[in-house]
Amino acid sequence: MANSLEQASYSGLDDPMTLPDKPDATHERVLVLEAGRAERHYWRDLWTYRELFAILAWRDLAVRYKQTAIGVAWALIRPILSMLVFTVLFSRVAKLPSVGHAPYAVMVFAGMLPWFLFSTILNDASISLVTNSNLISKVYFPRLIVPAATILVALADFAITFGLLILIMAWYRFFPDWRLIFLPCFLLLTILASLGPALYITALNVKYRDFRYIIPFILQFGLYVSPVGFSSTVVPEKWRLLYSLNPVVGVIDGFRWCLLRGESQFYLPGFLLSIGAVVVWLWLGAWYFRKTERTFADLL
Amino acid sequence: MPDDIVIRAGSLGKKYLIGHDLERERYTTLREVIARKVKGLARSGANGFRATMGSGQKIEEFWALREINFEIKRGEVVGIIGRNGAGKSTLLKILSRITEPSEGRVEVKGRVASLLEVGTGFHPELTGRENIYLNGSILGMARAEISRKFDEIVAFAEVERFLDTPVKRYSSGMHVRLAFSVAAHLEPEILIVDEVLAVGDAAFQEKCIGKLNTVAKSDGRTVLFVSHNMSVVQQLCKRCILLKDGQIRETGETSEVVGNYLSSSKQESNVDIRNWSDRQGSGEARIVQLTITDDAASPTSVFPLRSTVCFHLETEFYEPLVDPCFGVVIHASSGEPVLDLQSAHHGLRVGRVDGRVKIQGTFPSIGLYPGTYFVSPWITDAAVQRSIDFVRMCCSIEVIPKPGDFGDLRLDPLWGKYWVNSEWKEIDPLKTETRTHMFSAKSNGN
Repeated sequence: MANSLEQASYSGLDDPMTLPDKPDATHERVLVLEAGRAERHYWRDLWTYRELFAILAWRDLAVRYKQTAIGVAWALIRPILSMLVFTVLFSRVAKLPSVGHAPYAVMVFAGMLPWFLFSTILNDASISLVTNSNLISKVYFPRLIVPAATILVALADFAITFGLLILIMAWYRFFPDWRLIFLPCFLLLTILASLGPALYITALNVKYRDFRYIIPFILQFGLYVSPVGFSSTVVPEKWRLLYSLNPVVGVIDGFRWCLLRGESQFYLPGFLLSIGAVVVWLWLGAWYFRKTERTFADLL
Repeated sequence: MPDDIVIRAGSLGKKYLIGHDLERERYTTLREVIARKVKGLARSGANGFRATMGSGQKIEEFWALREINFEIKRGEVVGIIGRNGAGKSTLLKILSRITEPSEGRVEVKGRVASLLEVGTGFHPELTGRENIYLNGSILGMARAEISRKFDEIVAFAEVERFLDTPVKRYSSGMHVRLAFSVAAHLEPEILIVDEVLAVGDAAFQEKCIGKLNTVAKSDGRTVLFVSHNMSVVQQLCKRCILLKDGQIRETGETSEVVGNYLSSSKQESNVDIRNWSDRQGSGEARIVQLTITDDAASPTSVFPLRSTVCFHLETEFYEPLVDPCFGVVIHASSGEPVLDLQSAHHGLRVGRVDGRVKIQGTFPSIGLYPGTYFVSPWITDAAVQRSIDFVRMCCSIEVIPKPGDFGDLRLDPLWGKYWVNSEWKEIDPLKTETRTHMFSAKSNGN
């Protein structure tokens, strides 16, 4: 069986999801299954299975908001309580400054928005393969779909939290300006920043089942290491660059910049470094996930 | 690959690693790995780090499949049979891309749909309608395709009235019907089916087999079908592949292969099940050997109807336990449990046990209709609530008609499953009495 034939017939194929019921025999693809071979056409497969991605995300959303009251309440209570605690703790007790003229609570909330998105994705994605193990062991699809689908659920939570921010801004009569149009870019950056570590941890979690006990700790630790409850300007200048190695720092600074009318100064070198960290993490996560993916069905 | 061949496997093999500790759970924990490394480090300095498994951890290679070669033509319906652990499921998993082979290769031409389980991904909180879309997508249907076949799916499953009810409120029968119905409307070029017909009521099973038959015969699809139910295999498949210990034992006409399979399983009455993989339980004790004998204590697996069957369980207790219960479940060839024999029903109390324990259960006069049955021995705690070891269908027995019994009367499993004694006689006096009574009534009327 010549490899060239296999490749030729594969590339002549449109995606199987939309194949006619009775395909032309001459255009049929030959799929070769071999040790170490599974990765070929992976990214194309990912596109082929986009409908499954959508439906898994929809399932998680539907299940989450079936008990509407609890689903929405959970997305509301968590950020409100955290905001209150941070505002009281850092602003009143530790007497840390806000950025420019922005009210402290608004500043905290603008930072919490990306943080909660980040932590929700990290947390949900990392357990997603284990909770969907019945699928993994019974059906083939690119496994990347499962952790990726959790992003959409996290985005729904994000939307609710964002609505809350608007209310808080209205309360303080503090509204964003034109910089708001950059929000989608920073939103995308947040998703990418969380996806890298999330993929890495997801794969680790399949291999070492007790890894999930470490995740809450990582997240709690991350919350205090990242400038959620305080502004990153309180970090001494000489440590600022090093601090930006944490990808969440760039993300949060970006959010504050575009939501707080530029009251929060944009620290470009740090931001670029954060983007670099995001890219490195993304590559690392995708690489490790792809490397271990083939054994998932045997481990679950 | 020639035009009419759709699946071709060449020296296919699948290897699993079985470590001493990994035996019970397939995944490891970080805690174990760290503990092992630290131990190794303490023992032999820096070199210990290189050995991922410390001493006392024996890793064994286990070949679930080895040197598998076969070709399947377009439109063929092929049965894959063999005992549990023969590698059937592993083969299907490789063909459906769930796991990749360790050696060799498979070439597959066309769109494959695999049905390794009924209702994969069903979510209990979602309604029937939502689950049709969810399950359909998971099985590889496009949304548009599901919408097009939606009414057909619903009609086949007979759940019209409950479409907007969450599936968790469905009866198990409805659940299975809906799940199978979605699967039955898949239109792949190659359909891979694993033992899914063992569920559901008899009438629906019949309907499913009919549907599979249509799919295979009129639509010209290629079907790979795994089942323990030999009558269904014979009904559906022209050709069969018999697997044994991960290798192809025989390929050929279904009737021939099934016949050889059934007769070969007769000799397997004494099984070492220490390393049987298909088991559940907490693992404080393990059944290491199961021997099935007749009343003269000679091992056999063929029993004439109404003869005595003895089960000898050799067990190892790794932790002392008080009054554990023992038993065997006898399954029909479809996998459905039919008999539940328990030491507790006899009031056996073994007290505190540890180490090796031998238990014998005697079943006088087996009444199962002739056929093949599977045996699953088990151990539970005293209250028969917590499973300690359950070895699923590790052994088979064959019940044959007793020569000369009942003359030439047949015991057809379509008519019944279990024979029990019943007494029949003609009662002459009744006839005369009735007649007299009628007569007298008539005379009274006059």
